[in-house]
Amino acid sequence: MSPRTLATLVAMALLAVLPPVFYYTGNAFWLDLATRLTILAIAATSLNLILGYGGLVSFGHAAYVGLGAYAVGIPAYHWLYGGLEHLGLATTSGLVQIPLAMATCALFALVTGAICLRTRGVYFIMITMAFAQMVYYAIVSIEEYGGDDGLVIDTRSELPGLNLDDPIQLFGLAYVSLVAAMLIVRMITRSRFGMVLRGAKGNAERVQMMGLNTYAYRLTAYVISGAMAGYAGALLGNFTTFISPEMMDWTRSGELMFMVILGGGGTTGGPMLGAAAFIILEELLSHFTIYWHLPFGLLLIAVVLFTRGGLMGFFRGRK
Amino acid sequence: MDTSLLVIQTLNGLQLGLLLFLVASGLTLVFGILDFVNLAHASLYMLGAFICASLTYAVGNFFLAVLIALPVTALLGWGVERFIARPLYSRDHLDHVLATFGLILVFDTAAHLIWGPEGIAVPLPQAFRGQLELSETLVIPTYRLVIIAAGLAAAGGLYWMVTHTRLGMLIRAGASNRRMVAALGINIELLFGLVFALGAALAGLAGMLIAPITEASIGMGNQVIITAFVVIIVGGIGSMKGAFIAALLIGLIDTLGRSFLDDIFKLFMSPDAAENSAPALSAMLIYIIMACVLALKPQGLFPPKVR
Repeated sequence: MSPRTLATLVAMALLAVLPPVFYYTGNAFWLDLATRLTILAIAATSLNLILGYGGLVSFGHAAYVGLGAYAVGIPAYHWLYGGLEHLGLATTSGLVQIPLAMATCALFALVTGAICLRTRGVYFIMITMAFAQMVYYAIVSIEEYGGDDGLVIDTRSELPGLNLDDPIQLFGLAYVSLVAAMLIVRMITRSRFGMVLRGAKGNAERVQMMGLNTYAYRLTAYVISGAMAGYAGALLGNFTTFISPEMMDWTRSGELMFMVILGGGGTTGGPMLGAAAFIILEELLSHFTIYWHLPFGLLLIAVVLFTRGGLMGFFRGRK
Repeated sequence: MDTSLLVIQTLNGLQLGLLLFLVASGLTLVFGILDFVNLAHASLYMLGAFICASLTYAVGNFFLAVLIALPVTALLGWGVERFIARPLYSRDHLDHVLATFGLILVFDTAAHLIWGPEGIAVPLPQAFRGQLELSETLVIPTYRLVIIAAGLAAAGGLYWMVTHTRLGMLIRAGASNRRMVAALGINIELLFGLVFALGAALAGLAGMLIAPITEASIGMGNQVIITAFVVIIVGGIGSMKGAFIAALLIGLIDTLGRSFLDDIFKLFMSPDAAENSAPALSAMLIYIIMACVLALKPQGLFPPKVR
């Protein structure tokens, strides 16, 4: 077993055991932190598919998380206050909301990805960011769903056999989802499809010369990644029970990117480790001072300037 | 739709466009010559506003404050180049984005530490508090015209500098082929520092000009940076001409869209539907335009010839 796999397994084991222990010993706060961390780790894992493996620097991933959350919030809102019954979208059923979240995000990824992927390099960074901002402003301007002030989700998603009002069950769902997300990304990147995706990151021309349509492969990965982030968003909406456009602000996208790079892009466990380090650090620093963004920002700069390969870089094998 | 409102909104759009150009020109300059993505560029816009606000209170004169604040923001820009950007030139754009993202947090918190969480209002100079009455219904605040004049002057000065001075020649040469410029014995590090400082001063100037209208506040740059990105994407990254045309275009479309889109919609849909859909669409308008431009020309309207 390689050091990286070992580190990932140890971290996942700790993440499975510690939060429930904290919860049952009366530290519910730490379970909350772990749930948030786990959900963001799913979003970071989805971003890793295109950023880490595909080399596509998407700076708008928070938009998918936000859209996913609104796909839970808006049906719940109509279930309570009426409207949209004829579409079957006035519901609190998770079996409607979660597929809706993933479908919405997949569609948004398909439409915007089709345009974004025509561009390269820095254009791609900026255009993904601008599209995310477009969603942000669109939600802000819809007053029915609270606009700038956000929307309270009165009822969490109802899933058969699960009660998401129970923090332990919500954490369990998030944890199982994270494991599934990591395995799916691992499977995808090791398949023929993933080989093409990774090859296109290294040298797109060479892959195209082999007769492969890199655009189609990238767009497919972009859509899968978007749908997965939408799923994470649906969980996040259920966790916070309050959603606002602030969730899709471009600084949130920056944070997701940072989680991937901090942990190590292009590795199975990297985004999870990065999300864990990010959230825990944020929590610790904000305990010391309200000006915690200052040391945090300096740390981010230092990480970029002085480390390569992120946390996973420490667990390199003798390859 | 009445004419005086149209004139006023066109002037507002022009003002927004020129301010956007001041921010976007530095961004496109730095990217064109240094191949560096600077997310923290708009932080200098914010710092310019704050520094100018403090100086206005210290020296009691807005113009003197602007004159002192300009070199200060230029110096800050030079510092960013020296300590953050320079070690990252050889890295990929992802690293630029992440490091300057961290820098935004640092600058925002530093502003919070120095000036407190509240915004600072900047008093308008006495001379510009008046309004210009063009007709009964057409009244324009003098200061708006000052902003437009200052923006045009800065754009003109920049154009003159780029096309007619030795520094401008080096900047154009650096944008086409910086390795060749270095090989010809030009101190490329000094040139890079100057370009960064110039961009910072321009962004700072935009912040100083807008401060008396909006007030200096933390995070004011984070709004403007995205629009500035849209501007340089539409104009073609690295192109000054593109940045100027796109900035005016985006400024006008955004302002006019917000005020007249519902009227236009009412021509072909019910008033209710227009009231509901116009705000959402006008907020998204500039992004839709960007998408259309990129779908037709992935390099923007005026891509620089050599890269």
